[in-house]
Amino acid sequence: MPPAAPPLRSVALRRERERSWRDLEALLARVEASGIRSLDPDQLARLPVLYRSALSSLGVARTISLDRNALAYLESLAARAYFCVYAPRMGLPSVVAVFLRSRFPRLVRRFGPHLLLAAGILLLGVLAGFLLVRADPDRFYGIVDPAMAQDRTPASTDEQLRGALYGGGGEKASALGAFATFLFTHNTRVGLLCFTLGFLAGVPVFFLMFSNGLVLGAFAALYASRGLAFEFWAWVLPHGVAELTAVALCGAGGLALGEAVVFPGTRTRLANLARVGREAGALFAGTVALFLFAGLVEGIFRQAVHDPAIRTGAALLSAGALAAWFRLRGEAP
Amino acid sequence: MKPALRDFLPSGRTREVVTPEGVALRFEVAPAAERFSAFLSDLFLVFLGTAVLLVLLLVLSIDPGEDPLAAAGVFLAAFLLRHGFFAWFEIRRRGVTPGKRAVGLRVVDRRGGPLTGEAVLARNLTREIEVFLPLLLLVAPGAFFPEAPGWGAAVAGAWLIVLAAMPLFNRDRLRVGDLVAGTMVVRAPQAVLLQDVSARPAAPAAEAIAFTRDHLAIYGTYELQVLEEILRTPDPDLQGLRTVRDRILRKIRWEGKPPDVPPLDFLRAFYDAQRAHLEGRLLLGERKESKSERPARGGKRRP
Repeated sequence: MPPAAPPLRSVALRRERERSWRDLEALLARVEASGIRSLDPDQLARLPVLYRSALSSLGVARTISLDRNALAYLESLAARAYFCVYAPRMGLPSVVAVFLRSRFPRLVRRFGPHLLLAAGILLLGVLAGFLLVRADPDRFYGIVDPAMAQDRTPASTDEQLRGALYGGGGEKASALGAFATFLFTHNTRVGLLCFTLGFLAGVPVFFLMFSNGLVLGAFAALYASRGLAFEFWAWVLPHGVAELTAVALCGAGGLALGEAVVFPGTRTRLANLARVGREAGALFAGTVALFLFAGLVEGIFRQAVHDPAIRTGAALLSAGALAAWFRLRGEAP
Repeated sequence: MKPALRDFLPSGRTREVVTPEGVALRFEVAPAAERFSAFLSDLFLVFLGTAVLLVLLLVLSIDPGEDPLAAAGVFLAAFLLRHGFFAWFEIRRRGVTPGKRAVGLRVVDRRGGPLTGEAVLARNLTREIEVFLPLLLLVAPGAFFPEAPGWGAAVAGAWLIVLAAMPLFNRDRLRVGDLVAGTMVVRAPQAVLLQDVSARPAAPAAEAIAFTRDHLAIYGTYELQVLEEILRTPDPDLQGLRTVRDRILRKIRWEGKPPDVPPLDFLRAFYDAQRAHLEGRLLLGERKESKSERPARGGKRRP
């Protein structure tokens, strides 16, 4: 026969602690509605104390209480408090700033070998495209899609080819077109795909890097055959430096993901993929900034500035800035 | 362990996140349908924002088709809106966007650490590949891989769709962005603390009912908590309560006629006694989950 008097331990626990739970709940409601800054210093100091007390109540309640409502309440209270106490400390702008200032350059260095490999394949593609088209201009049609070539083919006149380099006669529509597509230009898409397809052991990355280089090489050979090589590179490189770097970085991320799947080491493949994916994902996030920059140059600078010398200067400047950024910024972890 | 059938059912999957204090918090993995509706709500807000922007331009009589700089601004703003919206809220509101708040979901770090800004950026930028590219693919398949042969476009398209459907293929409903960022989306219910059913003083007549150990050895935690739910019902229907009481009396092999108290008082008294009994056993490390389970030694629990 159960003895009549003493209350259940779980009831006693609740009687003793309920006030602190309610306190915490009120603080949480306030933070969730209007942010952590709405607490006064006193409340702010009480938050972690109440949080820990709620965690301990939860631990005890799990072992002694069968009151489902109280258990669910404590689980939810502890979780909410946990998210308040361990919240991201920075706002979005400072997250982005810190990321670009230190984390991204560090990541580029971390994936240095992958970057070299990806850039190597890309350059190999450029070289192959150049040599193939120089040997036989008709191969141009096999490499470059007609939609992309537009009126820049071996059949075009020198004037047409030159016109393409200088904004197609400076119509407003071309600037708009260039900018409209910048977020989704060929290269951005290649970058995205590289990153995504990295899961497949990195094989598609090799293909994408190479074929992307091939197209660039084919154009270079076409322009070189008309004696426009310098002007062509002056046209490509101001945005191309950033854009090709970004493509190679996406490739590097894709290769790293492939490596994580093929050589998982002591971890499981999924765990390893998640671990590397975290870093490669951050790397990819940084390339978005590069693509954005390249798009701005392509859409605005290149429409406004036509002098090949200035264009080359801009390309050199951006190459130097990128190199300095990646080599110098971001203290060692 | 052999997977049980319930592991494959859409809800009730839980994952533990261990806080830095070493306490495991249990979360229910958000079902795909809830995530989808949260995403749609957020997307609606993003589109609304873009529309407001365009209307604003109209009011200022700026035509992006005429002015390249304005066009650049619009595209930039649309891009920032699409990605910044999610990232801003997930950082600012600790993993909760307005859509997720409406549905009751939250992004958490899978390993129990704080949700970092970087993880938020990564998981949201990946959405471009997972959602917006396949969407475009469905709308304009031809424009997508113009340079690839037909079969190549088909394969690439299929792959993108597989990526988009990825949350359906793993138990934690992780999308690619979650995988990359080391996050997951869980349900974040806000439970309300109600009156303790046992805290209320028992009716004097019901206090006299004497349950023996044998009576209380039948039911387990599950039945106790179902009874708790019944007792918390605001306006219990008398006939239903009587049925429950008769059922319990039969099950615990009550001898003689039913105690002469209202069914509600009887059920409360039984709840108190049963809970005291089970919590007492719990302190000794014996947890009985349900009536069909024999008590296990050493506080062993089913996961």
